[in-house]
Amino acid sequence: MGNKHTVFTHEQLEAYQDCTFFTRKEIMRLYYRYQDLAPQLVPLDYTSCPDVKVPYELIGTMPELKDNPFRQRIAQVFSEDGDGHMTLDNFLDMFSVMSEMAPRDLKAYYAFKIYDFNNDDYICAWDLEQTVTKLTRGELNAEEVSLVCEKVLDEADGDHDGRLSLEDFQNMILRAPDFLSTFHIRI
Amino acid sequence: MAQPPVFVLSVPETPDDPEGSQEPSPYDESEVHDSFYQLIQEQSRWAAEEGLELQQREPGPGALGALGDDHQALLGPEGVPVHSMATLRILASMPSRTIGRSRGAILSQLYNRTVRLRRRAARRPQLRDVGRSARPSLRLYDLELDPLVLEEEEKRVLLVKELQGLTVAQRDHVLRGMPLSLAEKRCLREESRTPRGKRRARQGGRGLPSCCSQLQDSCVLALHNLGLVLLSGLQALKPWRYALKRIGGQFGSSVLSYFLFLKTLLAFNALLLLPLLAFIVGVQAAFPPAPPASVPAFTGLELLTGGGRFAHTVLYYGYYSNATLSQPCASPPDGGQCPPEAGGLPYNMPLAYLFTVGVAFFITCITLVYSMSRSFGESYRVGSTSGVHAISVFCSWDYKVTQKWASRLQHDNIRTQLKELLAVWQLRRGPRSMCWRLRRVAVLGLVWLLCLGITLGCTVAVYSFSELMIKSPGSTEREGALLALPLVVCLLNLGAPYLYRGLAALERHDSPVLEVYVAICRNLILKMVTLGILCYHWLGRRVGTLRDQCWENFVGQELYRLMVMDFLFTLLDTLFGELVWRLISERTLKRRGKPEFDIAGNVLELIYGQTLTWLGVLFSPLLPAMQIIKLLLLFYVKKTSLMANCQAPRRPWKASHMSTVFISLLCFPSFLGAAIFLCYAVWQVKPSSICGPFRTLDTMYEAGKVWVRHLERAGPRVSWLPWIHRYLLENTFPIYLVSALLLAVIYLNIQVVKGQRKVICLLKEQISNEGEDKIFLINKLQSVYERKERSRVGRTEAAVMPPALFTDDGDTW
Repeated sequence: MGNKHTVFTHEQLEAYQDCTFFTRKEIMRLYYRYQDLAPQLVPLDYTSCPDVKVPYELIGTMPELKDNPFRQRIAQVFSEDGDGHMTLDNFLDMFSVMSEMAPRDLKAYYAFKIYDFNNDDYICAWDLEQTVTKLTRGELNAEEVSLVCEKVLDEADGDHDGRLSLEDFQNMILRAPDFLSTFHIRI
Repeated sequence: MAQPPVFVLSVPETPDDPEGSQEPSPYDESEVHDSFYQLIQEQSRWAAEEGLELQQREPGPGALGALGDDHQALLGPEGVPVHSMATLRILASMPSRTIGRSRGAILSQLYNRTVRLRRRAARRPQLRDVGRSARPSLRLYDLELDPLVLEEEEKRVLLVKELQGLTVAQRDHVLRGMPLSLAEKRCLREESRTPRGKRRARQGGRGLPSCCSQLQDSCVLALHNLGLVLLSGLQALKPWRYALKRIGGQFGSSVLSYFLFLKTLLAFNALLLLPLLAFIVGVQAAFPPAPPASVPAFTGLELLTGGGRFAHTVLYYGYYSNATLSQPCASPPDGGQCPPEAGGLPYNMPLAYLFTVGVAFFITCITLVYSMSRSFGESYRVGSTSGVHAISVFCSWDYKVTQKWASRLQHDNIRTQLKELLAVWQLRRGPRSMCWRLRRVAVLGLVWLLCLGITLGCTVAVYSFSELMIKSPGSTEREGALLALPLVVCLLNLGAPYLYRGLAALERHDSPVLEVYVAICRNLILKMVTLGILCYHWLGRRVGTLRDQCWENFVGQELYRLMVMDFLFTLLDTLFGELVWRLISERTLKRRGKPEFDIAGNVLELIYGQTLTWLGVLFSPLLPAMQIIKLLLLFYVKKTSLMANCQAPRRPWKASHMSTVFISLLCFPSFLGAAIFLCYAVWQVKPSSICGPFRTLDTMYEAGKVWVRHLERAGPRVSWLPWIHRYLLENTFPIYLVSALLLAVIYLNIQVVKGQRKVICLLKEQISNEGEDKIFLINKLQSVYERKERSRVGRTEAAVMPPALFTDDGDTW
């Protein structure tokens, strides 16, 4: 496997441990997963903080993500430039937020960003249509999709401005006890 | 002119699919078509705008680009207006976009927004920053950069100061919960760590508090490190991480909840076993009593019946001595008798037995109530109305699913769920006729009556069979005959649920969740009533008939037999219910559908097994160990059968509600019943006189009373303990007082919750009003800016354009 001391310095591991929900062992395991995605690209020595990005095409082939309809949005939200190409930091961040120890508010924040397809800090009807279409693989017709979106806005839009802000989304998440168990990727 | 930015900006805004070539799905194609459609729309609109400068900017992309198209797609009642860049700048710094839950979160959100805006601005010119004519917008663009940078620095400094003011553990907690990227968090962590000396120097004036804070810091740090070490050690002990991941990936969260519940039960049993091992079993094993005259040889039947060779081992109550154990002294100092204090502390076995069982149950009770309340707290919220559409859209995709066919199944499930929800709206339900309602009530009543009748029949069968066992001579001698009663009970427990399922097909409930809850209810009633009959049979009848034998051993053995039979029947049920059913349905019926994994039935089996363990702990202290072995084997058997034979249920439950329901069922009928049984056995039943730690006493509880009297005699220094015993435990008045206080506290809590619900309603109204206010103000602001813009443009264009095109749009609001 490799001695963890040759991949990261002690301070780096401490920093990762303090800033994510993972222990040292899990961080090493995640690093090896990241490295397996692109063995030619990812160096075996991160002590010098190399600036390496694994392209989205490889991230999207991970077994945890490849059947997820929102994998592209997930990669875009967690990547640095919003294009889906992830550094190791982005990778760790993504799985840390999606792990079971992340608190509800943090998950709700990132879920909001994932479902906000046009990145305007609001989930408008267009975003909702995208979400519903991705969820049902396009098997609902347009009328049904728009009806669902209308119902969602009725239920969740607190200030009646026709779109969901972060607070509306968080309030809605509070009423959904499943959210913590479904918005969770095991790695 | 400003055309090139159109291409630069709008393409990334629409989600173009780089792997469209890898995975052609119907949706991806329409996505690509959408983006072209939008581009074409923008182009044509731009062209139209360039021609007529002062046209009303209805779906104007001039300020918003792709955003405007999105708003065009939205047709709310008010219609979201198009905003100018000035308005947008104000909107971007509105506090409502940056509300967080703590000050640190507020700062970090502010910081995040400003950093993101700066990065976006630095990378390419925003369409919204480029107005109609290049010069003013570029100027504005330059001005924008500097204030943004200043804001970011300010916020960052504030954020770092905030972090420095926290302790290490708190800082880590805040850092982890911040919605920032990992690189930024690491920078913040670095910056907030270094000037620790400064902080101490500031506090150096006050000598003692700084020492305390240093000590506190180092304590917290040590604890934190210890916690991390324990956590990583615990992770190493989690042997099923990969198995659970596979199960969750293939079958979803609802099936996974069964296996997580199994793991929870393992933890409870381990918690129960540890004190018993340490204080009862271990000690007695170290000081074995004199062996009885004749010890039967080991035959294989003991594994099933628990009697024979096993009867005289540490497994059962009868083995334990009723005296004070002490270390046998090696050599007497002067040839006389050993002084009682020589060679270690004496160990009062009866007291230890009573106290350890009591304390173990108490710890289990506290842990159960705590996990139940935590589960409840997660599942149910005050004032929550149904947001079923929103929840279906946002919370129903299970991110754990990793197999293609499993995710296909999820897509199908969600589609069906959404279609059903829509069907409720689309179909107008006609008023139900009285006749229909009466018929429905009659059918429900009949089915319930039949089910209760079946339960009654099973109860009577168990009762009469147990009476038969008592009356038939020699039944306690022959080992094989002892298996008859557990066999009958297990057969009834296996067969009756199938009958219930058959009857439930007549009912035809509207909601499938209700069906499952009703099934659970009926099965639970059957199992609890059967166990109740058996408890009466043991404590009421067997105690009488086995007067001069060791009845506790007998009860312990009965429970052992029940557990073993239950396990064997579960294996049989798995084999026939799942494997054979799948083979039959594949070969003869030629259907591809595998049997569904029956979550409710399996969970009830687990709860039943756990109840048996709790019932038997007093009479057989090693029963939790057996339950642990049984649960381990069950995990692997169920997992294998699940992977090979089953599919996920068609209508997935809500996983969190399920775990709440499971834990509540474990606490209320199961643990409560076992606790009542234990209390009755300890307080009311006379222990047998020839075996066990309580053989000379009237009740088991007397061991405690004897010890208290011993303490009274011991001297005035420990007189408070007998005092507590006499006035608080023996007296009934304090119990009444405490119950009355608890009831008052519960009533107050209910009133508080009602008040909170009212407050939530009022706040919702207020939010809605504030939203309307906000929209009104934004529109006013927009109109002000528009008028300014128009007058400015009008002035510059006045020289070029003919005045005829100066239309006064007037106030649009």
